[in-house]
Order: sequence, then C-alpha cells, then structure tokens
Amino acid sequence: MSTNPESSKSLPSPVPLQVDALIKRFGQVVAVDGISLEMRAGECLGLLGPNGAGKSTLIRAIAGRVLPDAGHVAIFGVPAGSPQARAALGWVPQDLALYPRLSAKENLRSFGRYYGLTGKKLEQAVAWCLDWAALQDRAGDLVSSLSGGMKRRLNMAAGLIHQPRLVLMDEPTVGVDPQSRNRIFEMIEALRTQGMTIIYTTHYMEEAERLCDRIAIVDHGRIIALDTREALVHNSFASRSQVLARLEGPPGKVSAWVEMRGGRLVDATAEFTIEGPNEIAALLEGATAAGLELVDLSLRRPNLESVFLHLTGRELRD
Amino acid sequence: MIIPIVRTAILALRRDRGSLVLSFVVPIAFFSLFAVIFGGQHDTVPKIRIVVVDEDRSQASQQLVKGLENDGSLVVMTQPATTKEQPQPTPYTAASAEDAVKAGDVSVALIVPTGWGANPISFRGDSVAPAIQLLSDQSDTIAPQMVGGLLQKAAMTSMPLVMAEQGMKYSEQYLGGYTPEQRKKMDDSLDRLRHLENEPSKTAAGSASSSSATGGMIAVKTRSVVGENKKSPMISFYAAAIGVMFLLFTATGSAGALLDEAESGALDRVLSSRITMTGLLAGKLVFNILLAFTQLTVMFLWAWAVFKLDFFTHISGFIVMGLCTAFAVASFGILLASICRTRAQLGALSTLLVLTMSAIGGSMFPRYLMSEAMQKAGLWTINAWAIDGFTKVFWRDLPVSALWPQVGVLLAIGVVLFAVARRVARRWEYA
Repeated sequence: MSTNPESSKSLPSPVPLQVDALIKRFGQVVAVDGISLEMRAGECLGLLGPNGAGKSTLIRAIAGRVLPDAGHVAIFGVPAGSPQARAALGWVPQDLALYPRLSAKENLRSFGRYYGLTGKKLEQAVAWCLDWAALQDRAGDLVSSLSGGMKRRLNMAAGLIHQPRLVLMDEPTVGVDPQSRNRIFEMIEALRTQGMTIIYTTHYMEEAERLCDRIAIVDHGRIIALDTREALVHNSFASRSQVLARLEGPPGKVSAWVEMRGGRLVDATAEFTIEGPNEIAALLEGATAAGLELVDLSLRRPNLESVFLHLTGRELRD
Repeated sequence: MIIPIVRTAILALRRDRGSLVLSFVVPIAFFSLFAVIFGGQHDTVPKIRIVVVDEDRSQASQQLVKGLENDGSLVVMTQPATTKEQPQPTPYTAASAEDAVKAGDVSVALIVPTGWGANPISFRGDSVAPAIQLLSDQSDTIAPQMVGGLLQKAAMTSMPLVMAEQGMKYSEQYLGGYTPEQRKKMDDSLDRLRHLENEPSKTAAGSASSSSATGGMIAVKTRSVVGENKKSPMISFYAAAIGVMFLLFTATGSAGALLDEAESGALDRVLSSRITMTGLLAGKLVFNILLAFTQLTVMFLWAWAVFKLDFFTHISGFIVMGLCTAFAVASFGILLASICRTRAQLGALSTLLVLTMSAIGGSMFPRYLMSEAMQKAGLWTINAWAIDGFTKVFWRDLPVSALWPQVGVLLAIGVVLFAVARRVARRWEYA
C-alpha cells in the first residue's frame, strides 16, 4: 500500500512529527512534562517506558485527542487535530476501538467513510487492509466472533484504512498470544519496508529492539534518552557486559554478597556489570569463598532493560 | 457456602449504582408520582371546561347558566378568553361553540335554545319546549355524563322558583286544580322562594358539595360533534400515547450506543477522523429520528390494519406530527446519553424520566382526567404535545395548519435538547 497522496496535499513540511516542549497535566498529575521530539520520514520510533510513564498521553496529544497545557505538536507542519493533520495521521489506539456488532469488513468500510473514502477507493482500501491483516477469510464475520489476535489485527487495519503517512501505534500487542504477536510484528515490518513513518509505544523492550530505528525511553512524563538501540546501550554501558548468576545459599547471605559485589538481584538471579570476561573468575571465586553455590552462569550484552535500569534505577516492568 | 455468595452479591450491588437506583429510587419515585396523580384526585377534582350559549335569554335560562357558573366542578365560558388581538371577544354562538368542541378547546358545549325558558321542565319527556343541546367530543366519555348530571343539579338548585311553578302547573294540569286555600299557601311558598333566590348565598346552588342531581327533569339532547363517525374512538389516542412512550425508550437505548463507543475507544477513533463532535451527534440524531419515525409508522399501520384506524386519509398530518415527535424524542435520547457516564446510569435515568413523562404526559392515563395542576405539569413533557397533535390529526380531523402549536413546541424541544446535548458532549471532545 502506498500512502494516500491526498493526505499529503499542501502539507507545509516534510517533517512527519515535531513536538515542542509539550506539557499535559491531569489535575495534580503531570502526564507529559516538557517532551520535545522530531521524527524523520520513514523511520519507526519506539516509545519505551513502564505503564503510566506518559506514552499514551503523548500519543493522544499527537492524535489531537488531548489538548496540551503548553507546547506544540505539528504533523507535517500543521497543528495536531487540524483536518489536514487528521488526514495524514493514522491512530491505532490501545483499546479495541471497533464496532462489535459489525463484521470486519463493515468496520473497515465505516472507518474508511469517516475519512472520506467512497466507491472504488474505499473498496480497494478495505481489500488492502484485509489482506495486510490476513483477515480475508474472516471478512464477513462479526468482530465479536473473532479471536483476540484477529481483533488486534483488525484494530490496526482500521487505523490504516485511509492510507496515512504517519501511524501511531499504542501498544498494539497488548493481551495477544506469542503467535499473534509475531504476526503483528510481520505486519509492522511490511509497513516499514514501504517507508511508512511509525510511532510505536510499548513496555516490552524486545518489541522496541526488533521494530524501531530509534527508541525514546519515557519515564515520569519525560524522554530521558532518545537514540538508536546500540547508541543507548553504548552511552550507558560502553563496552561493559552483564553477568547473570544463579546462586544457592541462605537468602540473606546471597543478597548481602550480591550487594557487596555491586550487583543486584532480579527474580533470584544476580546481575553484575563487568568491564571484561576476566572479571568472571573473580566473581566465581568470591561466591565460593562466601559459601554460596553457583547453579548457573551466563554472559550477555546489556539491553534496553539494562539501560532503563541504569537511567532510572528502576526496572521497566515496575 | 451460601454466605460468601451473598456477601459478594451485596458488594457488587453496592458498587452498581444503576441497579441501586432501579431497585430503590425508581419504585419510590413512581409510587409517589402515582400517589400524586391518582391519590390526590379527591382533593383536586379536575374541572370540566364547558362552553354555554344562552340563546333563550329568559329568566330561567339565565338562572340555569348562573347555577352552572357557580358549580365548583365546571369552568363555564360564555365567550372566548380575551387576548391582545381580541380584547373584547364575541360571545359564543351555537356554531362557534361547536367549533370549540371540534377544536378540542372544550369537551362539552351546552346550547340553551330560544323558547326553552317557557317550559323548562320535562317530567315525562313530553315537554313541548326545545331541549338543551349538549355537544360532546367522544374521545372524552366522562365529561358529557358529568355535565349532564351537573345540569340537572343546577336546574334543581339554582331555579327553585321555576321548578316549583312548573311543578304546580303540572299538578294543576293532572290533578284538576287547587282550592283557593291551597292556592294561597302555594303563593306564600313561592314568595318565600323568590325571597331566597334574591339571597343566593343561602341557596344550595353553587355548592359543589350539595346533593347530587336528580336527573331527567331538564330535557337534554346530546350530540357528538367529534368522532361521531369513528369506529374505534380511542385507537388513535393509544397508538400515539403508547407509541411515544416506547419511542422515548428506544431513543435513549439507541443513543446509548454513544456510551458504548466511548467505552470501547471507538468514539476517540471516530473523532480523530474527519468527523467532528457536532457531525457525530447530528448523525446519531438523524438515525434516531428515522428509527423513531419508522417505529411510529409501523405502530399506526398496525392500528390501520388491525383496528381500522383511518390512517391514509390523515397521512400528511401523520408525517408532520411523526417527524416532529421523532425529532424531539431523538434529541431527548441523545441528551440523556450525553449526560450519563455509563449504560447503567442511562438505564436508570431513562426509566425514571420516560415513565414519569409518560405518566404525567398522558401516555398511561388521559390527561383530561387528571387534575388541572397535573394537566399543566403535563405540558412539560414531549408525550403531551405529541398526543395532542396526533389527536388533532386522527380524532378531530384538523388540517396540518392547525398543528402549529404542537409542531412549534416539539421542534423547540428538539432544538433545545440537542443544543444542550452538544454542550454536554464537549467532555468527549478533548481530554
């Protein structure tokens, strides 16, 4: 599918998204606290952060569904929420925003009409969406009769029915099984090969690592880091690696020893950051000397989870 | 085993405000409402509005009219109400009184014909004088009977002298005359009656609590001027009355789709497209108007097919009233959906409001049988205006031009409710 040429008519800027010093408060809670952001055409930007970090509020502000208290959001140079911005933008909300009593095809037709599609263009767009979401054989089935994964795929397709140039995907894999998740990844990768600009919010680092060119780590309404995955890891850990060790012994003794060696315990697994492999031997010797039994040991490069922990002192899933 | 289930159910009920309202508030509200409508009837008896035309202008006829005017159960009009356009309206004539009944201004008109006063009593229906004409509207079956009875009562209590004189005349005619002594006693009695008539406060006339009418002494000729050719007098009334009540339920249920869409996020998605909130609400409004109009059409077609309602000769009036009613009802539904936060709230509030409006507005019980206060309260409901309009069309055979008050009010209700709904719906537009 190519993006809708009508949606790009007379748009003043080639920059898909520009967010300047955006602030949004809900009562005493500051959901978005001065976020600034600029996207490049054709890139996939991941917004990675725990629940309640402000990702969805940021997405809704970009979609024009939240009025900021301060700051500015521009879609291809026009204000968010304006008719031109709406036409250029596709939004896949976190909720299953579908009509349950309509079939998959009827849902797509309805949303297509809401964007002004009619006749042959509408039918072509519906056919493309059904194909993209692999729902051709379930096109006539009511949404209420579809599986969770199918509903998610249809939810995504409905956001793309008008062939937007910029797509906002707000945690599109919430509540789906691994097989359906993979199918969704393939759908997004198909969009990426077509050069679509995508914002993808998630609190699963694997998704961000797999799909996104750049990743913005969001916490407490702020972007605390924004770069490629490799750069984020390098900036936090340089060439250091992580050792994961499972130790057996009295719990108090294990935690005291891990803390003494500068590590931390995650689900009974000790994590240590080391400069080089030669430090592993010292760790093993230390554990033996402390009377702890080593059950398992592995070495890994730091990931986004490690970066988040490094930057915030908290785990991504907290 | 059982207690944990009961505790969980109690907890769930406590959190479900809609169910709580339906369980406890709605029944109490309805009990109170019906107690006010029906229980208070003995305190505030609805007055019957009648037109009286005195063509006779005799002493007897004037006394009769005065007696009727003094009756607490009647509102007697001898001329239309004064308006800015008509500061001194012309008194009713037999023709204009008949028009007033046909137009539904009053349920009953009494015409006292010329010559009635010469021989007002008809003991055996053999009076040579012309009878009083009672013009009625068949849709109100109670008012003509009440007026007939009150007429007899007024005759007995407001014109005792005439009654006595007539009685003496009949006695003399059938018994063969009085002795001079009897004649003197009778004249003395008549003098006392004349004296009493000059002091009306001491007579029984005008007291609503006086003894009941004896009936039958005043010759009355009843004629239905509205609905005399109708096969089923109340069919059109009930088609409109029940139809409007269920229209209100359907409209609120249908408009509740807004709440479903808001909950699922579909509303957000729709509003992120080219559709604006005004466009969305207008779309819902048009759909609900079509739904309500179709519902009314089906109901009236059923009445035509099964109950022989004269539908097709009134089609233009039906379309006008149907569309106006559908518009008001659809706006009402959208306003309720905009106000409520959840389906449960909508269910409770709509049940309360629709049943209240239906009770006051005449969908359950004809308004003309209610007290004056309740009849006035009914004018705040969609039901009353819609039923009045459909009654004009199907019962009184009035032209579309006569529907302007109902059309105007229903359109105004629709516009105001929709404007308020649009205002309230701003909460969905932006966070």
